[in-house]
Amino acid sequence: MQDALKGLLRRHGLIVAFMVFLAGVALNTDAFLSAGNILDVLRQVSITGMMAVGVTFVVLTGRLDLSVGSMLTLLTVIVVDQHNQSGPLMAMIITLAAGCALGAINGVLVGYIGLNSLIVTLAMLSFLQGLVLFYSGGSNVNITNAQDTWFAVFGRASLFGIPVPVVMFLAAAAVAAFVLKFTTFGRQIYGVGGNETASVFSGIDSRRAVFWTYVISGLTTGLAAIIMGSRVMGAQNTIGQGYELTVLAGIILGGTSLLGGSGSIGRTVLGIAMLGFIQNGLLLLGFPYYVQWLVTWAVIIIAVWIDLGAKRGRIFA
Amino acid sequence: MTDVILEVRDITKTFPGVKALDAVSFDIRPGEVHALVGENGAGKSTLMKTLAGLHQPDGGEILYMGKPITVAGPLEARQEGILLIHQELSLSPELSVAENIYLGAWPTNRFGVLKKRELRQNSAKALKALGCGFGPDVRVGTLSVAMQQMVEIARAEAFRANVVIFDEPTASLTDNEKDQLFQTIRNLKSKGVGIVYISHKMDEIFDITDRITVLRDGQVQGTVDTAGTDLNQITRMMIGRTLDNYFVKAKAEFGEEVLRVEGLSNKGLFRDVSFSVRQGEVLGLYGLVGAGRSEVVETIFGVRKADGGKLWWNGAEIPLPTPRQSIDMGMALVPESRKEQGLVLMMGGRENTSLPHLQLFSSGSIMDKKKELETYRKYQEALAIKTTGPDQAVSQLSGGNQQKFVLAKWLCANPKLIILDEPTRGIDVGSKSAIHELIAELAEKGLAVIVISSEMPEVLGVSHRVLTMSEGAVVAAFEGDGLTEENLIDAVSHQPASVAAE
Repeated sequence: MQDALKGLLRRHGLIVAFMVFLAGVALNTDAFLSAGNILDVLRQVSITGMMAVGVTFVVLTGRLDLSVGSMLTLLTVIVVDQHNQSGPLMAMIITLAAGCALGAINGVLVGYIGLNSLIVTLAMLSFLQGLVLFYSGGSNVNITNAQDTWFAVFGRASLFGIPVPVVMFLAAAAVAAFVLKFTTFGRQIYGVGGNETASVFSGIDSRRAVFWTYVISGLTTGLAAIIMGSRVMGAQNTIGQGYELTVLAGIILGGTSLLGGSGSIGRTVLGIAMLGFIQNGLLLLGFPYYVQWLVTWAVIIIAVWIDLGAKRGRIFA
Repeated sequence: MTDVILEVRDITKTFPGVKALDAVSFDIRPGEVHALVGENGAGKSTLMKTLAGLHQPDGGEILYMGKPITVAGPLEARQEGILLIHQELSLSPELSVAENIYLGAWPTNRFGVLKKRELRQNSAKALKALGCGFGPDVRVGTLSVAMQQMVEIARAEAFRANVVIFDEPTASLTDNEKDQLFQTIRNLKSKGVGIVYISHKMDEIFDITDRITVLRDGQVQGTVDTAGTDLNQITRMMIGRTLDNYFVKAKAEFGEEVLRVEGLSNKGLFRDVSFSVRQGEVLGLYGLVGAGRSEVVETIFGVRKADGGKLWWNGAEIPLPTPRQSIDMGMALVPESRKEQGLVLMMGGRENTSLPHLQLFSSGSIMDKKKELETYRKYQEALAIKTTGPDQAVSQLSGGNQQKFVLAKWLCANPKLIILDEPTRGIDVGSKSAIHELIAELAEKGLAVIVISSEMPEVLGVSHRVLTMSEGAVVAAFEGDGLTEENLIDAVSHQPASVAAE
């Protein structure tokens, strides 16, 4: 019995700790486990979740994408501005195309030219911040006919009681999970992340695979921008600031390795949801808003530590 | 009266699912070289890591100079006088020789400032005692592998080690460097140091050791005097049976030419390489480490870009291919380093097997997992690969079983040419002869085979024809009665005139 418990803790220490946290919050608040609150949390994480789905592809190849935060800002500004100029459908097409194009730039620099992904995407982060101000002229943009556009569907409507952004997030996650698990492209990504040299020796074009992961990351950021623009019906120049870290936090918390080759979309969804519930729980327990910033990364450090300890058999041993 | 420096008594070490060491006992006497042999996974490395403080035993005791000790970590082991010289060297390339000799145990004054002069003087003394041709200030990264090994051995001098453990020390040394190493080992021995020598190479074991302890499945099979035993007995102890017929050569029945290269060059690596290989033929490529053999086949396969040269495939001239094109044409390359180039270690055997041929195991980009699993099972059975299942990470398998998966991943697409680069390096005797048999079998089935090997008996034993390479050029070719050790040694020890002139 004791051994079984130890085994459980070793394998799923993080999830057990999370369950304990959930139980603790639930015992101390009434609203926490209500359907309404759960859907609220899911709606809140749908934007970061959507982005994390794409960034997971990049991370699985052993690379990073830190540009998604300011890419989200730029794309949200674009979708809102274009909505006013060209209508909702064109705005969405342009936004998604722009997301893919920006991702492709990252993809060429990291994948084909072989530059370090941290440097490239940090540069892109900074470059896009500048581009936002250039595009918007420094002022906020708002959708002019906010009351009567069908564009509101993506941020504000529900489908069978489930918020549309949540449906979009989970649908994107399902497609991504299928691609990673059941297609040759998915296998190539795990191969490149697990051992790039061996993959090249196996005839896999690792540069091409890496390139496409960044395009996917740009695409999901475009989808996230559509949700964001629709929810806010406008865009400030800082709307996506810090999102890259939240996205990365969710991926790491889920247990996908930053070294590549190990992890999954399921883990990312779990990690993102855990972050959402932790932040929501802290608010419900009456902690001020900024406490989540103190707690989030502390939780991640502890999670990584537990994981490492469990692998070395030192904790719970 | 200590005629034993270090004694291990009933050491047991269990890892999840495996009993790596099962009541192992053995001892080391001053001034002896004690060989530790066994197949991969027999427990040699675990035992040595336990002695060097990298693992803590679950049971049993270690007696050092007659007293029981616990070795808390590698630094403590070194301070005590027990030194492990790793298979993969544990040096920091950016630091100087002196700093590496004392790595982690630098002499400092009471403010924690490095005593540079003491460090240099002591290091210089240790290097001189070993007869090294370089000083303490050289950056380690600029030294050759053999010289780096001497830096590690210099630790034995510097720390006045009583026990030095060598783990596969000759894996990447040339014959010349090996002779120097053996001189050094004899030197240490004459000073009364007890030496443990781990190797797969039996000729070395019989050359340098005094006693041999054989491990199998974590248990000691016995300890014998080297002078009173022979290869047969040791092999029998290691695998529990005798290996007759160590080498099998395929029947010499050749068909059409499969591959021909002419004037292949790659700047700084090799130049003007020309040869061809036919169906059913085993072509050996022999040469010292660094002669450019691996680079040649990697260039043919397309992993490296050539600077010039022509290539014919099945008689038709084609542009130099990319790896993808090579694979699709029916070329297979079992690379030199199975861990770095051959396998995705965190994947299982199933996913590794299909990796080069994803298009064969899918329809419309969707993986056909059933077909993948069937192929995995077929080769896992045919090659007798020991795993717990199709998805057990190959990192957990022994070297021999890993190598068999590298073979499986290429054989499953029925190649026309298979290139094997050091196919038996670092694997156990049993797997080794299985691979030799496989080479003969493949050639008799009509494949063209190229074998690169640094082991002369192997290259002579399996090949119909051998090319020797030296410093980036093909210097000679031998076949039939010309396939002798003398010829090969003679060929590789002469520098090619064209390259020497550069």
